Amino acid sequence: MLKDRITGSKALMRALQAEGVKTIFGYPGGSIMPVYDALYDYTRGEKKCFDHILVRHEQGATHAAEGYARVSGKVGVALVTSGPGVTNTLTGIADAMLDSTPIVVIAGQVPISALGTDAFQEVDLVGVSQPISKWSYQIRSAEDVAWAVSRAFYIARTGRPGPVVLDFAKNAQVEEIDYNPQKVNFIRSYVPYPKLEKEAVLQAAELINNAKKPLALVGQGVELGNAQGELKAFLEKADIPAGRTMLGLSALPSNHPLNVGMLGMHGNYAVNLKEQECDVLIAIGMRFSDRVTGNLNTYAKQAKIIHLDIDRSEIDKNVKTDVAVVADCKESLPAITALLNKNDHQAWRDSFKPLDEQERVKVIEPAIHPKEGPLLMGEVVNAVAEQAPDDAVLVTDVGQNQLFATRYFKYHHKRSICTSGGLGTMGYGMPAAIGATFAAPERCVCCFMGDGGFQMCIEELGTIMEQKAPVKMIVMNNHYLGNVRQWQDMFWLRRKSFTKMMNPDYSHIAQGYGIPYQAVTDRKDLAGAIRKMLTTDGPFILECAILEEDNVLPMTPPGMDIDKMLLEI
Amino acid sequence: MKEYKKKLYTLLVYSENVAGILNQVTAVFTRRQVNIESLNVSASSIPGVHKYTITAWSDEDQIIKIVRQIEKKIDVVKANYFTDDQLFIRESGLYKLSTDMVMGNPEISRTIRRFDAHMIEVNPTYVIVMKHGITEDIISLYRALDAFGCVLQYTRSGRIAVTRGMVEQVSEFLEQRENDGV
Repeated sequence: MLKDRITGSKALMRALQAEGVKTIFGYPGGSIMPVYDALYDYTRGEKKCFDHILVRHEQGATHAAEGYARVSGKVGVALVTSGPGVTNTLTGIADAMLDSTPIVVIAGQVPISALGTDAFQEVDLVGVSQPISKWSYQIRSAEDVAWAVSRAFYIARTGRPGPVVLDFAKNAQVEEIDYNPQKVNFIRSYVPYPKLEKEAVLQAAELINNAKKPLALVGQGVELGNAQGELKAFLEKADIPAGRTMLGLSALPSNHPLNVGMLGMHGNYAVNLKEQECDVLIAIGMRFSDRVTGNLNTYAKQAKIIHLDIDRSEIDKNVKTDVAVVADCKESLPAITALLNKNDHQAWRDSFKPLDEQERVKVIEPAIHPKEGPLLMGEVVNAVAEQAPDDAVLVTDVGQNQLFATRYFKYHHKRSICTSGGLGTMGYGMPAAIGATFAAPERCVCCFMGDGGFQMCIEELGTIMEQKAPVKMIVMNNHYLGNVRQWQDMFWLRRKSFTKMMNPDYSHIAQGYGIPYQAVTDRKDLAGAIRKMLTTDGPFILECAILEEDNVLPMTPPGMDIDKMLLEI
Repeated sequence: MKEYKKKLYTLLVYSENVAGILNQVTAVFTRRQVNIESLNVSASSIPGVHKYTITAWSDEDQIIKIVRQIEKKIDVVKANYFTDDQLFIRESGLYKLSTDMVMGNPEISRTIRRFDAHMIEVNPTYVIVMKHGITEDIISLYRALDAFGCVLQYTRSGRIAVTRGMVEQVSEFLEQRENDGV
């Protein structure tokens, strides 16, 4: 039999192909050149099986991979060189770790003979990436490639997903081996899907059946477990109102009658107060982040806590649980639902309404339908949401733009939100939106950014230009790092320390990249400009001149009890 | 964390024999500002599996979180925490003493015998004493010898421990996993 002798770089191509990879976000450099040389053949002509998207900065590659993963449910891939190439990806890796996003970052490394010699562009990648990744591994020989790649994808996508780093030594990229395909789907030390415990299911069902005021907190785990249908069946059978975390917003459609809004510091008023009143709290695939709970010493003390999570280390980490159901929610939700009595909690659900009404009058209406003054962020988001197609994907940057966008956008379809929740990474928006357009070319991708975040990965406009990536960019420009400015005004005696920002002329930036651009300063032009943005093929930059000192409300000040949420400041 | 709530816990961690695990394990402690009191790494009775014996002062809530974070690492097979009553524990102490002092004061030799320690080397310059036991006994011997002013060097090993339980949890877990895998 003829031996199939190929280089480690070609082995990588075969292994990626075997994992079903279609899109790679990357940036070449010295230590990854053999791989890029192999990639040349695999991205054109008869052998073509990948699209390689040349980003403009490696951080962009990781965020694009994250956006791709979040929208497609598949593993996002970033390919970079050693040293600075890969240190630039660390922000994206940490972001993916905190937000449970499956990505694989493949980086070049100096040959093993040079390891530890402070060789050119050598960095101890496994050392620096271990604490912020799910798994980090150095491929030291070409023999390892097939196994390591398959293991990397298996770890990234299974259980609680996360980022995996492959540190690919240059000698292994060029060595020739007899290629043997590998498929890793079992690691004895790694239990991605813990076995559902019947006793826990019984206890959870009993608590829910006896609850008078049950409240569900829905997190991204539902999307990651692809359990949106199972969630609906669960909520509907027992008539349980449900709040969603920021990352879980599209796990339950905005217009579902049991949806009671967003949790957290800038979430909805009623649900925050009701967390302090419910008798049974059912957390589903969420991790009780401090941005959700506020002061842990007073958080939901009156309630029995049921926590459904696939990751045992989340149980009792922040909030003490009465019943822990450690399993994939795709499995645990239906198991509990089967034991639930059909129920009706109309009176309990109705008790949310006066609080909703207070929020509507005091916060929402003034934010989305102002009568005078400069444009507000809430109104811009609301106006885009009104015109955007039902299957639109919301991508946000970080800061006020993110809080307004997540509050006022509408979610009709699963996997409709990309935002940096845990790490709060400014600069995430634009590259993540690029990734989203490759994950779902048929969907409208709306990316809201502030003037601060827009400038943090602004170089990715080059990628958008080159790829004609149809990202609808809405830049809400208030000449401030608005969220920090809001905190300075609220908690730091209005001392605006370095939050005012001078901006370039974005029309010239847009022109330089050949991207259609429109500015809106007047309320009456907003709807028309949005229509133009949404009907223009390809990318578009819509710059909105926003009230400089617009504040996000409601707000629970950091570390405060969540029932002390403020409707005004 | 209030000092009075702290207890000495022993963690037994089993991992695959791959590079970099020790870093990952200790990072879990460092991130929470918990000091590792002692650490011992060795092969275990299970082929390819390494055993880490770690002691740390902490409270139970925190030690549970630490154990779960360690067990979450991909190549960690199992992590558990124990209090001293659940384990057979041994440590070793080595004491390098001045021969002149030891010869000059018969109390020193009597103390060594009383602590059930052994002289494993005697030469004109120094005497090496070894003691196996639990932490307190090894430290007590050090204090007693130090009171004579004869100690040139002293060191205590990391703890090694095996469980008192009747069930071999790690072997059973691996057996179960191998069955799951096929």
